[in-house]
Amino acid sequence: MLERSETVPALIGRHEDFLIIAGLGGTACDVGAVTGDSANVYSLGGAMGAACMMGLGLALARPDKRVLVVTGDGELLMNVGALATIAVMDPANLSILCVDNGHYGETGWQKSHTSLGVDLEKIAVGCGIKHTRTVATKSDLAPAARVLREANGASFVCLRVKPTEAPEFKRNFDASFCRDRFRAALQ
Amino acid sequence: MEYIIEMSLFARPPQAEGGIKATTGWQHDLYDLLRENGITQIAYVPDAGHGVLIDRSLADPDVHSIALTTEEEGVALIAGADLGGARAVLLMQSSGVGNCINMLSLIKGARFPFLTLISMRGDFGEGNPWQFAMGQATEPVLAAMGVICVRIERPEEVIPTMNAAMTMAFKSGQAVAVLLSQRLIGAKPF
Repeated sequence: MLERSETVPALIGRHEDFLIIAGLGGTACDVGAVTGDSANVYSLGGAMGAACMMGLGLALARPDKRVLVVTGDGELLMNVGALATIAVMDPANLSILCVDNGHYGETGWQKSHTSLGVDLEKIAVGCGIKHTRTVATKSDLAPAARVLREANGASFVCLRVKPTEAPEFKRNFDASFCRDRFRAALQ
Repeated sequence: MEYIIEMSLFARPPQAEGGIKATTGWQHDLYDLLRENGITQIAYVPDAGHGVLIDRSLADPDVHSIALTTEEEGVALIAGADLGGARAVLLMQSSGVGNCINMLSLIKGARFPFLTLISMRGDFGEGNPWQFAMGQATEPVLAAMGVICVRIERPEEVIPTMNAAMTMAFKSGQAVAVLLSQRLIGAKPF
């Protein structure tokens, strides 16, 4: 199985090319390690289930920029209807990368539904998202990275990784400061 | 000015002709006001009480009309729109407020400007007992999450109250809910 600390950076590539919304927990650390918690990133520390819809609001507001949501399987499952809403709106500039380790790492590594048979890419396809990939081997990385950068429509990549800790990263938890920083950098 | 309130608050099959569709009235003035104030994303769970706003947003090429599967999606959408410098509004029924509670921690924690219009149920003249629990809890729940509630009872209050609410939200960065009472929109007939 793939390791998140190697494969998330490979899929994101040059992070400055995206506006990034990072889900809470491990994916915020994945993104922090890649970006150094830069101003083009807004990371959640709570409000579980918000990431994908924040990405949609941002993508509709800024059609001139590419928006990348990086979130985990647990966060995505909490508001999985967002995939249906996003598929219906189908913005050309919104990509979702789900780091699927099959577990709730923050709360003691309990299994999530994706360890028990739920397939998030199939859900995305069923919702009507046209550009989807599952990354399970290294050879899947390059085509999936292209989908995240180039798909002309909402896209979804499910990255299957080992249940290991995300990279350690200390990020700013002041949600209001981070909002101001993000908006100022985008002006 | 004469205000005509749409008589049927039930959803109708699209092929059926029913109800009295007003082409003028406070709902239309309200839509125009939202647009004059730069709102470009209108999100909602389908609702008869917001029918005119929803229909107008669907017909407006300069607006993103976003149907949601649950109201909390709209809370997160508003935050994302703000990050991108856009203004959004969430239209919902009072029962949807309960679906938003934890998501409102995003609004309060980051001080995102937030505007929602809530068509009340479980309110003046309600005939469905199932609606009272959430209808009567709507204001205390919103207040507990830091959302300021302003209530509209009469058509002539709509425009001044909405102007006040948008100033509070977009100029002062507050979270504001405008409650459209059943006295204003009419109780659903049973």
